[in-house]
Amino acid sequence: MIEVENLTKRFGKVEALRGVSFTAADGRITGLLGPNGAGKSTTLRILCTILAADSGVARVEGVDVGEDPVAVRRAIGVLPHNSALFGNLSARENIAYYAALQGLDGSQLEHAVERIIERLDIGPYATRRAKGFSQGERLRVALARALVHEPATLILDEPTNGLDVMATRVLRDVILERRDHGCCVLFSSHVMQEVAVLCDRIAIVAGGTTVVDGTAEEIRSATGCDDLEDAFVAAVAGS
Amino acid sequence: MSALGVVFRKELVDSLRERRSLVSALVFGPLFGPILFTLITSYAVNLQIDEAEQPIEVPIINGEGAANLVSHLFRRQIDVDHERFTDVDALRDAVRRAEVDVGLMVDRDFGEALATGDAARVWIVADMANNSARPAFARLRAALNEYGLGIGVQRLALRGVDPSLARPLAVLTDDVSTPSARSVLLLGMMTYFLLFSALLGGTHVAIDTTAGERERGSLEPLLTLAASRAELVWGKIGVTFVFMAASLAICIVSFAVAVRFLPLAEIGMTATLTPLVCVGIYAVMLPFAALGAGLMTIVASFTKSFREAQTYTSIAMVAPPLPIILVVLNPVQPSLPLMLVPSLSQHLLVTELVKGEAFDPWHLAVSAAVTIAVGVGCGLATVRRYRGEAILV
Repeated sequence: MIEVENLTKRFGKVEALRGVSFTAADGRITGLLGPNGAGKSTTLRILCTILAADSGVARVEGVDVGEDPVAVRRAIGVLPHNSALFGNLSARENIAYYAALQGLDGSQLEHAVERIIERLDIGPYATRRAKGFSQGERLRVALARALVHEPATLILDEPTNGLDVMATRVLRDVILERRDHGCCVLFSSHVMQEVAVLCDRIAIVAGGTTVVDGTAEEIRSATGCDDLEDAFVAAVAGS
Repeated sequence: MSALGVVFRKELVDSLRERRSLVSALVFGPLFGPILFTLITSYAVNLQIDEAEQPIEVPIINGEGAANLVSHLFRRQIDVDHERFTDVDALRDAVRRAEVDVGLMVDRDFGEALATGDAARVWIVADMANNSARPAFARLRAALNEYGLGIGVQRLALRGVDPSLARPLAVLTDDVSTPSARSVLLLGMMTYFLLFSALLGGTHVAIDTTAGERERGSLEPLLTLAASRAELVWGKIGVTFVFMAASLAICIVSFAVAVRFLPLAEIGMTATLTPLVCVGIYAVMLPFAALGAGLMTIVASFTKSFREAQTYTSIAMVAPPLPIILVVLNPVQPSLPLMLVPSLSQHLLVTELVKGEAFDPWHLAVSAAVTIAVGVGCGLATVRRYRGEAILV
């Protein structure tokens, strides 16, 4: 469960967020949609506790990100938009490093790493160094790193950017599977169609504020457009 | 295992698999110094040996009237050339243009003055501003003095006077420098190279774990994990320290080997780099690796890319050994206030060790404490930087 109320954030003279609000429920996929520079990444970075908001509230599973960032970090799995693997480490070492830094230890860590390797079919290249991985292999390992500690909340920043069809399909399957496990999945995108296909709920952000927040159906009726893409354009233009 | 240990182990494995890190730590860093040192030193030593042994050639004017003097000079490895100059002005010009190191002009009345017991005059034509001509000038002057003294002694003896009466003072020099102490000037260069190689050995790792990580995009996801920023930073600095310490160790060993091949004994020097002294040098220098690891990490953490980091770290690499250059130009004795200056304190203590002299243990304690404190200070500043948001921008 993610709750965001009236977040603001300023970088020098640039006002990146001017009041973003939305909620992402458990067992649902929530899309954060908006044009480039709308404030999607900034919002997600505040939720990941790597940026601090100037004002407003962001809670993950009821915990305020400003008050107990470490508890929030343990609760979330994050896939940032250009999440690079450590090229000199094998797939397994990459995953185990993240697991250890999330506080897993000993046999618990071994089991968690084994489980995620099996689930994401990483086995055939688990001991190979990440340097020469294909896009699909890289994505699987990055996802495995984010999921190894079994977080109840998954946050992905523009995850499909630059992915080929096969890799996108892997990602989509993982996202759906997580939702069916009752996780809260939040991902950002500037690609309309992708969000329309996957998301149960959409928050459209433009110019640093939430323009519309609701299901695809609600957004269509709120903007008076039948087509979701038109609705997106209307909502963004209206801000 | 604590997160610090996890980060340390991961960065160590990562760096050991990175060929550039390994090469700079184990090859470039530690071997560059000793090789350069050996070349410079053996050149300097050979130069000194050559100058003392080789005959020099000195143009002479009016040399025909001073046959005995000329044959005395010849016995002292000074060959006079009667033909080259006949005119004193031409000789002076040649000396001024440094074509000739020194020249000798004998007075026309030289022979007559000697016979009558008057002062017989000779002029050394030299350019005292020309440093490279100094050794030749000194040798010629010494040989002339010796000749004059010999004649004086003979004259006194002929008159039945004890020649020692004419020498009421016997001025002797008691040189208390040990053979090792004399080589300190040359070995002073060694500490400079040691500090430099320590820095060089870990800089690649310092850059790779900070600016490199940022450039590759692997920093941001790392910061969303439960491990604290302090644990991340200290783990990284720890690995840089290990690389610097390894580089330092290899450098000391290669110095100990290189010194054996230098002809130091031929110029009356010995260098005591016994295994025990080497261990002592390592103990004195190790705190500097802590300073270097902190310093290079904080410098690299302010940059966004590998190349940018290389520019700034190479500037930072020049600064720490600077005090040593000042001290080599203007020698000082070790004292407690000087132990407050990192790199300078290591230089002074290592110099004492190589001389084979004992130093005040307090000096070592102060030197190590201050140097480590600076390193820790740099580390804390890096932690602060990693806690801020600027690291992501």
